[in-house]
Amino acid sequence: MGAEHASALEQIGAIARRSIVRTFRQRGLLVFPLLFPLILFAINGSALGAATRIPGFPPVSYRAFALAVPFMQGALFVAVTAGVDLARDIETGFFNRLALTPLRGGALLLGQLGGAFVVACVQAVVYLVVGVASGVGIASGAGGALVLLALSTLIAFGFAGLGTLVALRFGNGEAVQAVFPLFFVSLFLSSMALPRNLIKTPWFHDVATYNPVSYLIEGVRSLIITGWDGQALALGFGFAAALAVISLGASSLAMRSRMART
Amino acid sequence: MRRFAFVVRGVAWRSIHNTIVSPSIIVPSIVFPLFFFAAFAGGLSKIAQVPNFDYKPGYTAFQFTFVFLQSAAFGGVFTGFAVARDFDSGFARRLLLSAPARGGIIVGYVIGALLRWGITGSVVTLVALASGMNVPAGPGDLFALLALGVLFNLVAALWAVGLAMFLRTEQAGAVIQMPVFVVLFLAPVYVPLHLLTGWVHSVARLNPATFALEAARGLLAGTPTDIALAFGLLGGSIILWAAFARRGLLSAERAAG
Repeated sequence: MGAEHASALEQIGAIARRSIVRTFRQRGLLVFPLLFPLILFAINGSALGAATRIPGFPPVSYRAFALAVPFMQGALFVAVTAGVDLARDIETGFFNRLALTPLRGGALLLGQLGGAFVVACVQAVVYLVVGVASGVGIASGAGGALVLLALSTLIAFGFAGLGTLVALRFGNGEAVQAVFPLFFVSLFLSSMALPRNLIKTPWFHDVATYNPVSYLIEGVRSLIITGWDGQALALGFGFAAALAVISLGASSLAMRSRMART
Repeated sequence: MRRFAFVVRGVAWRSIHNTIVSPSIIVPSIVFPLFFFAAFAGGLSKIAQVPNFDYKPGYTAFQFTFVFLQSAAFGGVFTGFAVARDFDSGFARRLLLSAPARGGIIVGYVIGALLRWGITGSVVTLVALASGMNVPAGPGDLFALLALGVLFNLVAALWAVGLAMFLRTEQAGAVIQMPVFVVLFLAPVYVPLHLLTGWVHSVARLNPATFALEAARGLLAGTPTDIALAFGLLGGSIILWAAFARRGLLSAERAAG
């Protein structure tokens, strides 16, 4: 069937299949993003155990408190993988050749994110299994675990949109890699390590309060240590959805502009 | 000897010149330690209220020592990245063919790492002082702290340069960086050793980085502890990783033909 006759779904499927196959062929790119957050979780979960003795800290182990972090770190790595893959297509000229076909820009964008989406799902399941295996209970139960997977995948999808946006704007993988530290800073300047009410330094508390990443982490964390916290979940899903809509919307515009240039 | 010094000077000059003129190299190596300092000293300062947290100069100074040594280590790691990049671009092969004394290549890169850390370490220290860090240490203690940082930088640089010469590709970045990162974070980063619990405490007790970190904290507090042990371990590590780097150079020489 020619591409001009293929439906949007078929177009997305074809590009997504390629993206998924390519992602899984690059084992180095898969293993590092999967292992790094787990190593940090293992170290910090134990090394920051003393933090549970701070008055006002939630009555849970630090490992349970910290389990939300790997989901966020994994999402950041997904963003880089998605961006670098797309940038490589631009650099090698594959993107230009695709742009000459009747393929729709939206289908190309969503298809390119297929690999990132699958990686995000796999990562989320691995982090959850490792967390539970290390003795962390999910306060919201099995249903909460499913919601956690959905939320973390949505977050990763939103960040992947940022990765593709950078790739489309700059057209090279180095730029995507260079932006990665900024993503990481947003994680460290959040309520990643301590609850916001226990952050003593005023400027840090303010930054963490205005940093949307805090609410993404707190949404995931609430399912693990609190149970069903409507406000935390609404904020978590709200910010994750906003991130996905904004990053994909901006990527879509950037895609249109890049295809026009082609 | 003159030929050796010529190679050392050329490689070191190129290394530091590339660092200074390339924002993509100098900015991350300055920003990373600062960002860790801000995140740890700012975000985790409440940890100083944990019972039995007994570091007198305060949590900012407690975290400064970690970031100070971390910046020293990453000065070496980033130099390893540069070596790997030189192999990818073909420059290292030309260097191996043209250098009259190849041992000077390692020394040149290591001096480049030290100069690179001279920049980042200074910036980190100035920012910590500007943020109001307490420094009860005397001049002798501060000099010893600086010497500790220099040795830490040398250990990391020899590891990173040696491994980069063995692997000879930029893709080795994670392999160079990861062990350093893990060793650093398996030291008492957030709380003193006696407040660590579980497996991290068991590992931290045996981790050489712990001895360097505890010694650095003692020096900054003006109460030196286990200094000889820390310096001895770092000195031994330098000998070990110098031999490793030398073998890396031999491997690169064989590959270059």
